[in-house]
Amino acid sequence: MQQFTALYMAIDATTKTNGKIAAMRNYFVQAASGDAAWAIFFLSGRRPKRLLSSALLRHWAGELAGISEWLLVEAYSAVGDSAETVTLLLPPSTTATDLPLQEWVENRVLPLYNLDEAAQRAAVVSYWQELDEQSRFVFNKLLTGSLRVGVSQRLLVRALAEATALTNPVPDEVIAHRLMGSWEPTAGFYQQLLDPQVEDADVSRPYPFFLAYPLEDEPSALGDVAEWQAEWKWDGIRAQLIRRQGQTFLWSRGEELVTDRYPEVVAAAGQLPDGTVLDGELLPWSADGVLPFGQLQRRIGRKTLSRKMLQEVPVVLLTYDLLEWQGEDWRGRALKERRRQLELLLLPLAAPQLPVSAIISTANWDDLTAARAGSRDRNVEGLMLKRRTSPYQVGRKRGDWWKWKIEPHTIDAVMIYAQRGSGRRASLYSDYTFALWDEGELVPFAKAYSGLTDAEMRQVDAFVRRNTRERFGPVRSVTPQLVFELGFEAIQRSSRHKSGVAVRFPRILRWRHDKRIEDADTLATLKAMLPAE
Amino acid sequence: MLLQMTDSGLYCAAGDFYIDPWQPVQRAVVTHAHADHARAGSHHYLAAAAGEHVLRQRLGAEASITTLAYGHSLQIKDALVSLHPAGHILGSAQVRVEVGGEVWVVSGDYKTGSDATCASFELVRCNTFITEATFGLPIYRWPSQPAVFDAINSWWQNNQAEGRASVLFAYSLGKAQRVLAGIDATLGPIYVHGAVHAMNQAYAASAVALPPSQYVYEHEQTARVKPDWSQALIVAPPSAQATPWLRRFGDISTAFASGWMRVRGQRRRRSVDRGFVLSDHVDWPSLLQVVAATGAERVLVTHGYVAPIVRWLREQGTDAYGLDTHFGEETEE
Repeated sequence: MQQFTALYMAIDATTKTNGKIAAMRNYFVQAASGDAAWAIFFLSGRRPKRLLSSALLRHWAGELAGISEWLLVEAYSAVGDSAETVTLLLPPSTTATDLPLQEWVENRVLPLYNLDEAAQRAAVVSYWQELDEQSRFVFNKLLTGSLRVGVSQRLLVRALAEATALTNPVPDEVIAHRLMGSWEPTAGFYQQLLDPQVEDADVSRPYPFFLAYPLEDEPSALGDVAEWQAEWKWDGIRAQLIRRQGQTFLWSRGEELVTDRYPEVVAAAGQLPDGTVLDGELLPWSADGVLPFGQLQRRIGRKTLSRKMLQEVPVVLLTYDLLEWQGEDWRGRALKERRRQLELLLLPLAAPQLPVSAIISTANWDDLTAARAGSRDRNVEGLMLKRRTSPYQVGRKRGDWWKWKIEPHTIDAVMIYAQRGSGRRASLYSDYTFALWDEGELVPFAKAYSGLTDAEMRQVDAFVRRNTRERFGPVRSVTPQLVFELGFEAIQRSSRHKSGVAVRFPRILRWRHDKRIEDADTLATLKAMLPAE
Repeated sequence: MLLQMTDSGLYCAAGDFYIDPWQPVQRAVVTHAHADHARAGSHHYLAAAAGEHVLRQRLGAEASITTLAYGHSLQIKDALVSLHPAGHILGSAQVRVEVGGEVWVVSGDYKTGSDATCASFELVRCNTFITEATFGLPIYRWPSQPAVFDAINSWWQNNQAEGRASVLFAYSLGKAQRVLAGIDATLGPIYVHGAVHAMNQAYAASAVALPPSQYVYEHEQTARVKPDWSQALIVAPPSAQATPWLRRFGDISTAFASGWMRVRGQRRRRSVDRGFVLSDHVDWPSLLQVVAATGAERVLVTHGYVAPIVRWLREQGTDAYGLDTHFGEETEE
């Protein structure tokens, strides 16, 4: 545990990528396979099924520290993280042990799942006694389920590859691929992960997704338009469909297996030959075309689907790319070759649940610019530009794939509520609710927190503290005085919102120091942006 | 009320003076030289003798400053005033005011932990105690100082081994000098930012011993070859973070010495590599201990986590109130 704690602290002690990689590499070179497997499990953002609630953990720590519930709430609100609040409140430990990470997880953390609350409390309290402050923090992080320490999958893969470099080098791509999908964190898994020889045999394993960078320059800077394939950029869930050995697997970009959520897509996939992997986007699609993302949200997370739901929100996989064909990895081939085979495969099938993403034919960049301008009418976010010769790469890379989104909708709104943030915004009032005018009243319509600079956030924080009207738990209502320009991607009607509308991806574009609250926009202005019924 | 709140700050009618006023006044008694407590523009200042040089550094050569040694008393009209060490920074004082047998103590900012660069906090019994609450939550408990200085030393040594300069951000008045006095100065050369340099000179004039350090600018002017910073510790104010001034040092590791570093999110928000928990304010347990030990029947709480401290004290049966001041606003010193 101390070795893993030291790794966590070393990663946390540097803001530099190379420092984080070096810390992980040094850990993997030394760690026992069983410990390393769990380290990868946690560092890659995986979590065991929910063991106990964070609130319970805080409650126990409060009891041990002899502080009342209200003070616990104040403390938690200043820290913004349960595991850390608990660590900062607990009385100092008496003894220190050092058992391996594998032992902590398998014999102590996971068995908590089968205990009743009293037994959980007794166990956790005794474990706290064995750990110093830093190890307690890491232990609490394991209990509460999220170990976010600023390590991306890419850095983890790089560190693992570097750890093999001295002995039997394994390339980054191979490790990245082996880390995809579902696997058990065992010593055997770790050994296979770093084995230069092993043939990969897992039928369900997806390929790492290739992601596009936002286009910031003029598209003409990309050179000859003939070298580029342009498609619409859809607002759905990026997904990978795998058909191997008579089985079908559907993975979301979050590496979640969602096969049973989209039975219509899976049924259509039965027509695909074995050894086929498609990249695409799950979209709600009726006879009239694509539906708003909010409709898809009704199906996300729902494992049992009523007939009514399947009828109201039919889902398709709009296919973009072919990653595996006849059991062969095609990612190294040029996009135009993959695309040709994708069309040869799917167009004759004509499965309505597996449409092929349309290519926008164009002679010059001006045509594309004009096409992009019509994005909103088509319910798309803009364009995707992909180099026709590009391979299918791993992760977010510059150069070959660009997303060229349209400018967001904007509106000037008044801040009326504020709440403290978490993580690096802990104890700052950084999460705000915004309102628009409606018949002389300010009606809340959106929450947003990103978009301000750190300095601006501190100023708003000071404003909130001096202009609080009422407190509702962690939320404060403030004197309406500050006006912000908000941006958002899409808008739809909603019966769940007081304002009657829901906006997608709201964020702060800038602070309008120049505007008074009377100058803020009205709800009517916002509703005028709704798509025609 | 012996002291009352006015638009200009805390006012003592019996002695016709203000304590740490935020508007210019005729007579100001100043607890310490940090900018949110010692503001320029008043006609006359009264401050602890030990802090004369640092206060003058802040208020300018023309300011009219009268000093009083710790523990000595001064009759100002109907009020008897004395100053007592607050342990916050060099020259920081608690102000004891006695009128007709009733005693009030204004703590200013204070800490009870040891500090080689200033006199230790002295407990003063009183009827009404005005306390700060900068770190008034139970999550704030300070680690042992030797452990913190050890951590700073090893961070510096690790950086030296990797050929990186160590840039430590610390408030230029108080914290920077406490850090300099606490680290192992034999590890390598120490350089300071201009703001820290100016304060170091005021400390030297006050006969506070600090290890030798050189002003970055002077070092560059006198060096014959391009300076090598890779073995150096550089102490700079937090305002120097993310400025072009840092570029000269090449590859650096950054750290911040402050009580706020107790919370990980605070460190991440400041984007420093390391946070060292070193505060010149009282932590939660010490604050509660001091409040109890003063024997005060009434406690007034200013700046910081006022509401939790007031509520906690009331639950313990102490007559406590929040006091709305302008302290702790402009700087985080």
